[in-house]
Amino acid sequence: MDEKNREILKVLESDSRIGHADLGTMLNLSQNEIKKRISAMEKAGVIRKYTAIIDWKKTGEDAVTAVVEVKVSPESEFGYDRIADRIARFPEVKSLRLVTGSYDLQLLVTGKTMQEVSEFVSGQIASLESIRGTVTHIVMKTYKEFGCELQRSEGVERLPYSF
Amino acid sequence: MSYREVKGSSASPIVSERGALNPQKSYVSERAAMIPPSGIRKFFDLLLTMNDVISLGVGEPDFNTPWKVSVAGIDSIERGATAYTSNKGLEDLRDLVSLYLISRYGTSYDPQNEIIITGGVSEGLDLAVRTVVDPGDEVLVADPCYVSYSPCVMLAGGVPVPLPCPAEDEFRVTPDALMERITKKTKLVMLNYPNNPTGGVMKREDLEAISDIIVDHDLLLLSDEIYSELTYEGSHVSPASLDSLWERTITLNGFSKAYSMTGWRVGYFCAPPEITSAALKIHQYVMLCAPTMSQYAAIEALKHGEDAKNRMVAEFKMRRNLFVAGLNRIGLPCHLPKGAFYAFPSIESTGLSDVEFAERLLVEKQVAVAPGSAFGPSGIGHIRCAYAVSRDDLGEAVKRIGEFIESL
Repeated sequence: MDEKNREILKVLESDSRIGHADLGTMLNLSQNEIKKRISAMEKAGVIRKYTAIIDWKKTGEDAVTAVVEVKVSPESEFGYDRIADRIARFPEVKSLRLVTGSYDLQLLVTGKTMQEVSEFVSGQIASLESIRGTVTHIVMKTYKEFGCELQRSEGVERLPYSF
Repeated sequence: MSYREVKGSSASPIVSERGALNPQKSYVSERAAMIPPSGIRKFFDLLLTMNDVISLGVGEPDFNTPWKVSVAGIDSIERGATAYTSNKGLEDLRDLVSLYLISRYGTSYDPQNEIIITGGVSEGLDLAVRTVVDPGDEVLVADPCYVSYSPCVMLAGGVPVPLPCPAEDEFRVTPDALMERITKKTKLVMLNYPNNPTGGVMKREDLEAISDIIVDHDLLLLSDEIYSELTYEGSHVSPASLDSLWERTITLNGFSKAYSMTGWRVGYFCAPPEITSAALKIHQYVMLCAPTMSQYAAIEALKHGEDAKNRMVAEFKMRRNLFVAGLNRIGLPCHLPKGAFYAFPSIESTGLSDVEFAERLLVEKQVAVAPGSAFGPSGIGHIRCAYAVSRDDLGEAVKRIGEFIESL
């Protein structure tokens, strides 16, 4: 990949709010050039979405997240793709991956209560044909999300002044 | 209970009348007394009392030490590797430093007798000056410079002579400026490139231009290269990589800036064997060895710190572009600093002195910068802004400085 595009992506990954003008100044490109490159990467599906990392615990809102391990019998024609596609369509499923190891699919599922999550897993996921079993792990505490440490305030302890 | 409280309480007086010092005389040595107090102490104290200040006055990276490096330090403590090391420092570390210097800058130093691991470049500076400066020797100090240069020379009995490196020379040492200040007593030239406080660098041709003068006048060179990894245009050129200068150069570098290890206090001193063995005599009696756990952490930094360092340098370069463009936009002319993490704009157009500018900016807009005159006479009329803060804070600082200038 083009080096400048890689730099643009690195910056956006750390701060998607940054304006095209600032980004251009930082990377020695014109504002127009930045705009062109970003829109090309959006069209190509390289940049999928601009979002925020939120610590919902801090909002006081009730929310339960679970990591769900799913064992699947792959279909002869489609492998894991068709079943994964079905699971991915549920809005409760925040992320979905095919992984190596003792199970096949790893889901991150959210709901308002533990009951809601478990009903979703048993009712909508475990009951699907070709699912051989599920194990649900309720998340107790999130320490790090998308590179962001949630339990630690960012920054370094420094003197306000030094030479 | 503090010492002061104990001392002041009538129940248990620590200092008796009989033991009291004679108020008519000073017990502080002349050598210590001649070091002028920091000119901006008051400014610093004021800053500590204020809230919501964006400080561009911090001379260290705003990144944590790479975690792998910290873990290596923790590991050394856990396994009990906390005793003294050899005076010179751990052999593995000296080997790695030697390898790093030859591969990165083309400077060749033998880990056995040409490298000493020091308690940061600060110690290295003191070692270097005390090793080669006799009372009365004149030392040319590239000006503006880091605040400890002149005091170090004075403590060694030498005479610091500012060597002006003004903005119009892009803060470099020029042959003319050097020639003008050399006398029969000149012994040493002290350089710091990439430069604190200006961000200036010396390219190969700049060093070649002064090397003949240094050789012809039989001078020594002290090169503090602590910001060498923070070079944004082209690559850093180490004076000792010039054949004509190697024998005359003491190279100082360390881990503080490249690997965000300021508090670990670990750096290195490199010079030809005769100078190194003399420096080692001072080092062994005043320091003994650099902190052992810091030396183990430094080994890890050289082995596996490359990615973290590159990420940090890339971030500093982007911030520099953003910040310097911002300064020029609001009417503070500023050279594009090619290294370190400082911008050094002129504030002369505002009609304020650099100290007034810094004080009023702090009080009125809660932005802290360092007045340029704190770094020597050539710094007058400038302010040092460290862009070692987040991009959001930099943007806000530019906005506030702009408002401040508008209000004048």
